Amino acid sequence: MVMDAFLAQLWIARWPLFDGFLMTIGISVGAIVFGTILGCIVGIQLVFGSFLVKLPFRLYVDVMRGTPLLVLILAAFYIPAVMGLSLSASQAGTLALGLFAGAHIGELVRGSLQAIPPGQIEAGRAIGLRFPQILANVLLPQALRSALPPWINTGVELIKGSSLLSMIGVGELLLKTQEVIGRTFMTIEFYVFAGILYLIVNITLDVLGKSLERRLGARL
Amino acid sequence: MNYTLHFGAVWASFDQLLIGLAIGLGLAVAAVAIGTLIGLLSAFASVSHSRILRGISWIYVLLIRNIPLLVLVLLAYFALPQVGIRLDKYESFIASLALYAGAYLTEVFRAGLLSVPKGIVEAARAIGLTRLQTNLFVVAPVMLRNALPSLGNTFIGMFKDSSIAAAIAVPELTFEARKINVDTFRVVETWTVASGLYIATCFTIAALLRRLERRFPKF
Repeated sequence: MVMDAFLAQLWIARWPLFDGFLMTIGISVGAIVFGTILGCIVGIQLVFGSFLVKLPFRLYVDVMRGTPLLVLILAAFYIPAVMGLSLSASQAGTLALGLFAGAHIGELVRGSLQAIPPGQIEAGRAIGLRFPQILANVLLPQALRSALPPWINTGVELIKGSSLLSMIGVGELLLKTQEVIGRTFMTIEFYVFAGILYLIVNITLDVLGKSLERRLGARL
Repeated sequence: MNYTLHFGAVWASFDQLLIGLAIGLGLAVAAVAIGTLIGLLSAFASVSHSRILRGISWIYVLLIRNIPLLVLVLLAYFALPQVGIRLDKYESFIASLALYAGAYLTEVFRAGLLSVPKGIVEAARAIGLTRLQTNLFVVAPVMLRNALPSLGNTFIGMFKDSSIAAAIAVPELTFEARKINVDTFRVVETWTVASGLYIATCFTIAALLRRLERRFPKF
Protein backbone atom coordinates (compact mmCIF):
# COMPACT_ATOMS: atom_id res chain seq x y z
CA MET A 1 0.00 0.00 0.00
CA VAL A 2 1.15 3.50 -0.78
CA MET A 3 -0.11 4.78 2.55
CA ASP A 4 1.85 2.15 4.50
CA ALA A 5 5.06 2.99 2.64
CA PHE A 6 4.51 6.66 3.42
CA LEU A 7 3.85 6.02 7.09
CA ALA A 8 6.98 3.88 7.30
CA GLN A 9 9.06 6.67 5.77
CA LEU A 10 7.36 9.24 7.99
CA TRP A 11 8.34 7.17 11.03
CA ILE A 12 11.96 7.06 9.85
CA ALA A 13 11.97 10.81 9.24
CA ARG A 14 10.06 11.78 12.38
CA TRP A 15 12.95 13.41 14.26
CA PRO A 16 14.32 15.59 11.42
CA LEU A 17 10.78 16.74 10.66
CA PHE A 18 10.14 17.42 14.34
CA ASP A 19 13.36 19.45 14.53
CA GLY A 20 12.30 21.41 11.49
CA PHE A 21 8.88 22.02 13.00
CA LEU A 22 10.46 23.31 16.22
CA MET A 23 12.78 25.54 14.17
CA THR A 24 9.80 27.00 12.29
CA ILE A 25 8.01 27.73 15.58
CA GLY A 26 11.16 29.04 17.28
CA ILE A 27 12.05 31.42 14.47
CA SER A 28 8.48 32.68 14.16
CA VAL A 29 8.25 33.30 17.90
CA GLY A 30 11.62 35.10 17.88
CA ALA A 31 10.51 37.22 14.94
CA ILE A 32 7.14 38.14 16.44
CA VAL A 33 8.72 39.12 19.78
CA PHE A 34 11.37 41.25 18.05
CA GLY A 35 8.79 42.61 15.61
CA THR A 36 6.31 43.50 18.33
CA ILE A 37 8.83 45.47 20.39
CA LEU A 38 10.07 47.22 17.26
CA GLY A 39 6.52 47.75 16.01
CA CYS A 40 5.40 49.43 19.24
CA ILE A 41 8.33 51.85 19.06
CA VAL A 42 7.69 52.52 15.37
CA GLY A 43 3.95 52.99 15.85
CA ILE A 44 4.37 55.43 18.75
CA GLN A 45 6.99 57.45 16.85
CA LEU A 46 4.82 57.56 13.72
CA VAL A 47 1.99 59.13 15.71
CA PHE A 48 3.72 61.29 18.31
CA GLY A 49 7.23 61.87 16.93
CA SER A 50 8.32 65.19 15.48
CA PHE A 51 8.61 65.48 11.70
CA LEU A 52 12.35 64.68 11.77
CA VAL A 53 11.76 61.58 13.90
CA LYS A 54 8.84 60.43 11.78
CA LEU A 55 10.83 60.57 8.55
CA PRO A 56 13.26 57.67 9.15
CA PHE A 57 10.50 55.52 10.65
CA ARG A 58 8.20 56.22 7.69
CA LEU A 59 11.05 55.33 5.34
CA TYR A 60 11.70 52.09 7.24
CA VAL A 61 8.04 51.07 7.12
CA ASP A 62 7.67 51.88 3.42
CA VAL A 63 10.86 50.05 2.46
CA MET A 64 9.85 46.95 4.42
CA ARG A 65 6.32 46.97 3.04
CA GLY A 66 7.37 47.63 -0.53
CA THR A 67 9.98 44.87 -0.69
CA PRO A 68 9.07 41.20 -1.02
CA LEU A 69 9.86 39.16 2.09
CA LEU A 70 12.10 36.88 0.05
CA VAL A 71 14.26 39.84 -1.02
CA LEU A 72 14.52 40.96 2.62
CA ILE A 73 15.57 37.46 3.64
CA LEU A 74 18.20 37.19 0.90
CA ALA A 75 19.48 40.69 1.72
CA ALA A 76 19.69 39.85 5.45
CA PHE A 77 21.54 36.67 4.54
CA TYR A 78 24.16 38.25 2.26
CA ILE A 79 24.61 41.84 3.46
CA PRO A 80 25.74 41.40 7.13
CA ALA A 81 28.69 39.25 6.04
CA VAL A 82 30.26 42.01 3.92
CA MET A 83 29.64 44.48 6.75
CA GLY A 84 31.88 42.35 8.95
CA LEU A 85 28.96 40.94 10.93
CA SER A 86 28.73 37.20 11.00
CA LEU A 87 25.17 35.94 11.39
CA SER A 88 24.11 32.34 11.01
CA ALA A 89 21.43 31.63 8.42
CA SER A 90 18.78 31.24 11.10
CA GLN A 91 19.84 34.49 12.80
CA ALA A 92 19.71 36.33 9.48
CA GLY A 93 16.31 34.81 8.78
CA THR A 94 14.93 35.79 12.17
CA LEU A 95 16.30 39.31 11.65
CA ALA A 96 14.59 39.63 8.25
CA LEU A 97 11.27 38.26 9.53
CA GLY A 98 11.49 40.46 12.63
CA LEU A 99 12.20 43.64 10.64
CA PHE A 100 9.34 42.75 8.29
CA ALA A 101 6.99 42.14 11.22
CA GLY A 102 8.17 45.36 12.91
CA ALA A 103 7.00 47.44 9.95
CA HIS A 104 3.63 45.73 9.72
CA ILE A 105 3.01 45.85 13.47
CA GLY A 106 4.20 49.47 13.48
CA GLU A 107 1.44 50.32 11.03
CA LEU A 108 -1.09 48.38 13.12
CA VAL A 109 -0.11 50.26 16.27
CA ARG A 110 -0.14 53.58 14.41
CA GLY A 111 -3.63 52.87 13.09
CA SER A 112 -5.08 51.89 16.43
CA LEU A 113 -3.40 54.79 18.26
CA GLN A 114 -4.88 57.21 15.76
CA ALA A 115 -8.30 55.65 16.20
CA ILE A 116 -8.39 56.72 19.86
CA PRO A 117 -10.35 59.97 20.25
CA PRO A 118 -7.97 62.89 21.03
CA GLY A 119 -10.25 63.87 23.88
CA GLN A 120 -8.67 61.09 25.93
CA ILE A 121 -5.20 62.64 25.71
CA GLU A 122 -6.66 65.98 26.73
CA ALA A 123 -8.54 64.36 29.61
CA GLY A 124 -5.33 62.66 30.72
CA ARG A 125 -3.49 65.98 30.66
CA ALA A 126 -6.31 67.68 32.49
CA ILE A 127 -6.02 65.32 35.44
CA GLY A 128 -2.27 65.99 35.54
CA LEU A 129 -0.76 62.92 33.84
CA ARG A 130 2.53 63.31 32.02
CA PHE A 131 2.79 62.04 28.44
CA PRO A 132 4.53 58.72 29.27
CA GLN A 133 1.81 58.06 31.83
CA ILE A 134 -0.93 58.85 29.34
CA LEU A 135 0.74 56.54 26.84
CA ALA A 136 1.17 53.66 29.27
CA ASN A 137 -2.11 53.93 31.16
CA VAL A 138 -4.57 55.39 28.69
CA LEU A 139 -3.51 54.91 25.07
CA LEU A 140 -1.55 51.68 24.81
CA PRO A 141 -4.01 49.43 26.69
CA GLN A 142 -6.73 50.41 24.24
CA ALA A 143 -4.56 50.48 21.14
CA LEU A 144 -2.97 47.10 21.76
CA ARG A 145 -6.38 45.57 22.33
CA SER A 146 -7.79 46.76 19.02
CA ALA A 147 -4.54 45.78 17.27
CA LEU A 148 -4.79 42.21 18.56
CA PRO A 149 -6.77 40.53 15.73
CA PRO A 150 -4.49 41.82 12.94
CA TRP A 151 -1.50 41.06 15.19
CA ILE A 152 -2.50 37.39 15.25
CA ASN A 153 -2.78 37.62 11.48
CA THR A 154 0.81 38.89 11.33
CA GLY A 155 1.79 35.82 13.34
CA VAL A 156 0.17 33.57 10.72
CA GLU A 157 1.98 35.49 7.97
CA LEU A 158 5.28 34.98 9.83
CA ILE A 159 4.77 31.23 10.17
CA LYS A 160 4.02 31.10 6.44
CA GLY A 161 6.92 33.44 5.67
CA SER A 162 9.37 31.33 7.67
CA SER A 163 9.04 28.68 4.93
CA LEU A 164 11.03 31.05 2.68
CA LEU A 165 14.02 30.53 4.98
CA SER A 166 14.45 27.12 3.37
CA MET A 167 15.93 29.06 0.45
CA ILE A 168 18.87 30.31 2.54
CA GLY A 169 19.44 26.87 4.08
CA VAL A 170 17.74 27.27 7.46
CA GLY A 171 16.72 23.80 8.61
CA GLU A 172 13.08 24.62 9.22
CA LEU A 173 10.08 22.47 8.38
CA LEU A 174 10.09 22.99 4.61
CA LEU A 175 13.82 22.37 4.15
CA LYS A 176 13.64 19.23 6.29
CA THR A 177 10.66 18.11 4.21
CA GLN A 178 12.63 18.69 1.02
CA GLU A 179 15.52 16.67 2.42
CA VAL A 180 13.18 13.79 3.20
CA ILE A 181 11.70 14.03 -0.30
CA GLY A 182 15.19 13.96 -1.76
CA ARG A 183 15.72 10.62 -0.05
CA THR A 184 12.30 9.00 -0.47
CA PHE A 185 10.97 10.60 -3.70
CA MET A 186 7.55 10.75 -2.05
CA THR A 187 6.98 14.27 -3.30
CA ILE A 188 3.23 14.71 -2.95
CA GLU A 189 2.97 12.84 0.32
CA PHE A 190 5.56 14.84 2.22
CA TYR A 191 4.68 18.25 0.77
CA VAL A 192 1.05 17.62 1.69
CA PHE A 193 2.16 16.49 5.14
CA ALA A 194 4.16 19.71 5.61
CA GLY A 195 1.18 21.71 4.34
CA ILE A 196 -1.07 20.03 6.91
CA LEU A 197 1.38 20.86 9.72
CA TYR A 198 1.41 24.54 8.68
CA LEU A 199 -2.37 24.42 8.45
CA ILE A 200 -2.75 23.01 11.96
CA VAL A 201 -0.43 25.61 13.52
CA ASN A 202 -2.03 28.52 11.72
CA ILE A 203 -5.62 27.46 12.36
CA THR A 204 -4.78 26.94 16.04
CA LEU A 205 -3.36 30.46 16.13
CA ASP A 206 -6.46 31.79 14.42
CA VAL A 207 -8.83 30.06 16.84
CA LEU A 208 -6.74 31.25 19.78
CA GLY A 209 -6.84 34.80 18.45
CA LYS A 210 -10.62 34.69 18.01
CA SER A 211 -11.25 33.49 21.55
CA LEU A 212 -8.80 36.06 22.93
CA GLU A 213 -10.58 38.72 20.92
CA ARG A 214 -13.94 37.67 22.36
CA ARG A 215 -12.61 37.71 25.89
CA LEU A 216 -10.99 41.13 25.50
CA GLY A 217 -14.04 42.40 23.67
CA ALA A 218 -16.22 41.42 26.64
CA ARG A 219 -14.06 43.57 28.90
CA LEU A 220 -14.35 46.67 26.78
CA MET B 1 33.48 47.83 7.98
CA ASN B 2 35.50 48.22 4.81
CA TYR B 3 33.01 48.17 2.01
CA THR B 4 33.05 50.64 -0.85
CA LEU B 5 30.00 50.84 -3.06
CA HIS B 6 30.45 50.03 -6.74
CA PHE B 7 27.17 50.16 -8.54
CA GLY B 8 28.82 49.61 -11.93
CA ALA B 9 28.58 45.85 -11.73
CA VAL B 10 24.85 46.07 -11.08
CA TRP B 11 24.17 48.68 -13.77
CA ALA B 12 25.94 46.37 -16.27
CA SER B 13 23.19 43.81 -15.68
CA PHE B 14 20.39 46.32 -15.16
CA ASP B 15 18.61 45.15 -18.34
CA GLN B 16 18.24 41.67 -16.90
CA LEU B 17 16.75 43.12 -13.74
CA LEU B 18 14.24 45.11 -15.77
CA ILE B 19 13.28 42.05 -17.82
CA GLY B 20 12.94 40.17 -14.54
CA LEU B 21 10.68 42.93 -13.23
CA ALA B 22 8.51 42.65 -16.35
CA ILE B 23 8.26 38.88 -15.92
CA GLY B 24 7.25 39.37 -12.28
CA LEU B 25 4.55 41.85 -13.30
CA GLY B 26 3.36 39.46 -16.02
CA LEU B 27 3.10 36.61 -13.52
CA ALA B 28 1.13 38.82 -11.14
CA VAL B 29 -1.23 40.05 -13.87
CA ALA B 30 -1.93 36.52 -15.10
CA ALA B 31 -2.40 35.18 -11.56
CA VAL B 32 -4.69 38.01 -10.47
CA ALA B 33 -6.74 37.71 -13.67
CA ILE B 34 -7.37 34.01 -13.08
CA GLY B 35 -7.59 34.60 -9.33
CA THR B 36 -10.31 37.22 -9.89
CA LEU B 37 -12.39 34.61 -11.71
CA ILE B 38 -11.86 32.07 -8.93
CA GLY B 39 -12.46 34.74 -6.28
CA LEU B 40 -15.71 35.92 -7.89
CA LEU B 41 -17.11 32.38 -8.13
CA SER B 42 -16.01 31.59 -4.60
CA ALA B 43 -17.37 34.87 -3.20
CA PHE B 44 -20.78 34.33 -4.81
CA ALA B 45 -20.68 30.76 -3.45
CA SER B 46 -19.89 32.07 0.02
CA VAL B 47 -23.05 34.20 0.14
CA SER B 48 -25.28 31.70 -1.67
CA HIS B 49 -28.18 29.84 -0.07
CA SER B 50 -26.62 26.43 -0.67
CA ARG B 51 -24.83 25.11 2.37
CA ILE B 52 -22.56 22.92 0.19
CA LEU B 53 -21.37 25.87 -1.92
CA ARG B 54 -20.74 27.93 1.21
CA GLY B 55 -18.79 25.03 2.69
CA ILE B 56 -16.62 24.56 -0.39
CA SER B 57 -15.76 28.26 -0.49
CA TRP B 58 -14.99 28.29 3.25
CA ILE B 59 -12.68 25.26 3.05
CA TYR B 60 -10.90 26.65 -0.01
CA VAL B 61 -10.13 29.94 1.71
CA LEU B 62 -9.16 28.24 4.97
CA LEU B 63 -6.78 25.83 3.24
CA ILE B 64 -5.05 28.31 0.94
CA ARG B 65 -4.72 31.14 3.44
CA ASN B 66 -3.02 28.97 6.02
CA ILE B 67 -0.50 27.14 3.83
CA PRO B 68 2.68 28.95 2.77
CA LEU B 69 2.71 29.97 -0.89
CA LEU B 70 6.11 28.34 -1.33
CA VAL B 71 4.63 24.95 -0.36
CA LEU B 72 1.86 25.40 -2.94
CA VAL B 73 4.40 26.40 -5.59
CA LEU B 74 6.63 23.39 -4.88
CA LEU B 75 3.62 21.09 -4.84
CA ALA B 76 2.43 22.38 -8.20
CA TYR B 77 5.86 22.18 -9.80
CA PHE B 78 7.37 19.02 -8.31
CA ALA B 79 4.43 16.95 -7.11
CA LEU B 80 1.78 17.35 -9.82
CA PRO B 81 3.88 15.49 -12.43
CA GLN B 82 3.66 12.50 -10.09
CA VAL B 83 -0.06 12.30 -10.81
CA GLY B 84 0.44 12.94 -14.51
CA ILE B 85 -0.17 16.71 -14.63
CA ARG B 86 2.83 18.29 -16.31
CA LEU B 87 3.07 22.07 -16.21
CA ASP B 88 6.17 24.07 -17.05
CA LYS B 89 7.57 26.40 -14.40
CA TYR B 90 5.62 29.45 -15.63
CA GLU B 91 2.32 27.59 -15.84
CA SER B 92 2.69 25.90 -12.49
CA PHE B 93 3.70 29.14 -10.78
CA ILE B 94 0.80 31.09 -12.31
CA ALA B 95 -1.55 28.27 -11.33
CA SER B 96 -0.41 28.28 -7.72
CA LEU B 97 -0.30 32.08 -7.43
CA ALA B 98 -3.77 32.28 -8.99
CA LEU B 99 -5.11 29.76 -6.50
CA TYR B 100 -3.47 31.76 -3.71
CA ALA B 101 -4.79 35.09 -5.01
CA GLY B 102 -8.25 33.55 -5.43
CA ALA B 103 -8.49 32.86 -1.70
CA TYR B 104 -7.59 36.42 -0.77
CA LEU B 105 -9.87 37.80 -3.47
CA THR B 106 -12.75 35.68 -2.16
CA GLU B 107 -12.62 37.72 1.04
CA VAL B 108 -12.22 40.96 -0.91
CA PHE B 109 -15.23 40.26 -3.14
CA ARG B 110 -17.25 38.86 -0.24
CA ALA B 111 -16.81 42.15 1.62
CA GLY B 112 -17.67 43.93 -1.65
CA LEU B 113 -20.83 41.87 -2.08
CA LEU B 114 -21.96 42.60 1.46
CA SER B 115 -21.37 46.31 0.81
CA VAL B 116 -23.85 46.42 -2.11
CA PRO B 117 -26.94 48.30 -0.88
CA LYS B 118 -30.01 46.02 -0.65
CA GLY B 119 -32.20 48.71 -2.20
CA ILE B 120 -30.59 48.59 -5.63
CA VAL B 121 -30.86 44.79 -5.72
CA GLU B 122 -34.55 45.04 -4.89
CA ALA B 123 -34.96 47.81 -7.49
CA ALA B 124 -33.35 45.62 -10.14
CA ARG B 125 -35.62 42.70 -9.26
CA ALA B 126 -38.62 45.04 -9.25
CA ILE B 127 -38.04 46.19 -12.82
CA GLY B 128 -38.06 42.56 -13.88
CA LEU B 129 -34.39 41.56 -14.14
CA THR B 130 -33.75 37.89 -13.50
CA ARG B 131 -31.52 36.86 -10.65
CA LEU B 132 -28.61 36.28 -13.06
CA GLN B 133 -29.13 39.65 -14.76
CA THR B 134 -29.27 41.38 -11.38
CA ASN B 135 -26.02 39.79 -10.31
CA LEU B 136 -24.31 40.45 -13.62
CA PHE B 137 -25.40 44.01 -14.37
CA VAL B 138 -26.20 45.51 -10.97
CA VAL B 139 -24.43 43.69 -8.16
CA ALA B 140 -21.14 42.88 -9.92
CA PRO B 141 -20.30 46.44 -11.12
CA VAL B 142 -21.10 48.04 -7.76
CA MET B 143 -19.23 45.31 -5.91
CA LEU B 144 -16.20 45.61 -8.18
CA ARG B 145 -16.05 49.37 -7.64
CA ASN B 146 -16.34 49.00 -3.87
CA ALA B 147 -13.70 46.26 -3.87
CA LEU B 148 -11.28 48.22 -6.06
CA PRO B 149 -8.95 49.44 -3.26
CA SER B 150 -8.59 45.96 -1.76
CA LEU B 151 -8.28 44.44 -5.22
CA GLY B 152 -5.39 46.81 -5.89
CA ASN B 153 -3.72 45.92 -2.61
CA THR B 154 -4.05 42.23 -3.43
CA PHE B 155 -2.46 42.85 -6.81
CA ILE B 156 0.49 44.62 -5.17
CA GLY B 157 0.76 41.72 -2.72
CA MET B 158 0.76 39.19 -5.55
CA PHE B 159 3.39 41.18 -7.44
CA LYS B 160 5.61 41.00 -4.35
CA ASP B 161 4.85 37.30 -4.00
CA SER B 162 5.93 36.72 -7.60
CA SER B 163 9.46 36.86 -6.11
CA ILE B 164 8.82 33.33 -4.82
CA ALA B 165 8.97 32.10 -8.44
CA ALA B 166 12.75 32.37 -7.96
CA ALA B 167 12.48 29.12 -5.97
CA ILE B 168 11.63 27.19 -9.15
CA ALA B 169 14.13 29.16 -11.30
CA VAL B 170 11.69 31.46 -13.09
CA PRO B 171 13.99 34.29 -14.22
CA GLU B 172 12.10 37.12 -12.51
CA LEU B 173 13.60 40.03 -10.58
CA THR B 174 14.64 38.20 -7.40
CA PHE B 175 16.15 35.33 -9.38
CA GLU B 176 18.16 37.74 -11.53
CA ALA B 177 19.25 39.73 -8.48
CA ARG B 178 20.46 36.57 -6.78
CA LYS B 179 22.39 35.66 -9.92
CA ILE B 180 24.08 39.07 -10.06
CA ASN B 181 24.77 38.82 -6.32
CA VAL B 182 26.53 35.49 -6.73
CA ASP B 183 28.35 36.49 -9.95
CA THR B 184 29.71 39.86 -8.82
CA PHE B 185 29.61 39.77 -4.99
CA ARG B 186 28.36 43.37 -5.09
CA VAL B 187 25.99 42.34 -2.31
CA VAL B 188 24.78 45.66 -0.93
CA GLU B 189 24.36 47.25 -4.36
CA THR B 190 22.46 44.32 -5.83
CA TRP B 191 19.88 44.11 -3.07
CA THR B 192 19.52 47.88 -2.80
CA VAL B 193 18.74 48.12 -6.50
CA ALA B 194 16.42 45.08 -6.48
CA SER B 195 14.54 46.34 -3.43
CA GLY B 196 14.39 49.84 -4.97
CA LEU B 197 12.85 48.45 -8.15
CA TYR B 198 10.20 46.56 -6.18
CA ILE B 199 9.37 49.61 -4.05
CA ALA B 200 9.21 51.94 -7.07
CA THR B 201 6.89 49.52 -8.88
CA CYS B 202 4.64 49.05 -5.85
CA PHE B 203 4.32 52.80 -5.35
CA THR B 204 3.62 53.37 -9.05
CA ILE B 205 0.86 50.76 -9.04
CA ALA B 206 -0.59 52.27 -5.85
CA ALA B 207 -0.59 55.77 -7.40
CA LEU B 208 -2.25 54.51 -10.60
CA LEU B 209 -4.91 52.76 -8.54
CA ARG B 210 -5.67 55.93 -6.59
CA ARG B 211 -6.22 57.75 -9.89
CA LEU B 212 -8.51 54.96 -11.06
CA GLU B 213 -10.48 55.15 -7.81
CA ARG B 214 -10.92 58.90 -8.22
CA ARG B 215 -12.16 58.49 -11.78
CA PHE B 216 -14.99 56.19 -10.71
CA PRO B 217 -16.93 57.58 -7.76
CA LYS B 218 -17.75 55.16 -4.98
CA PHE B 219 -21.29 53.92 -4.49
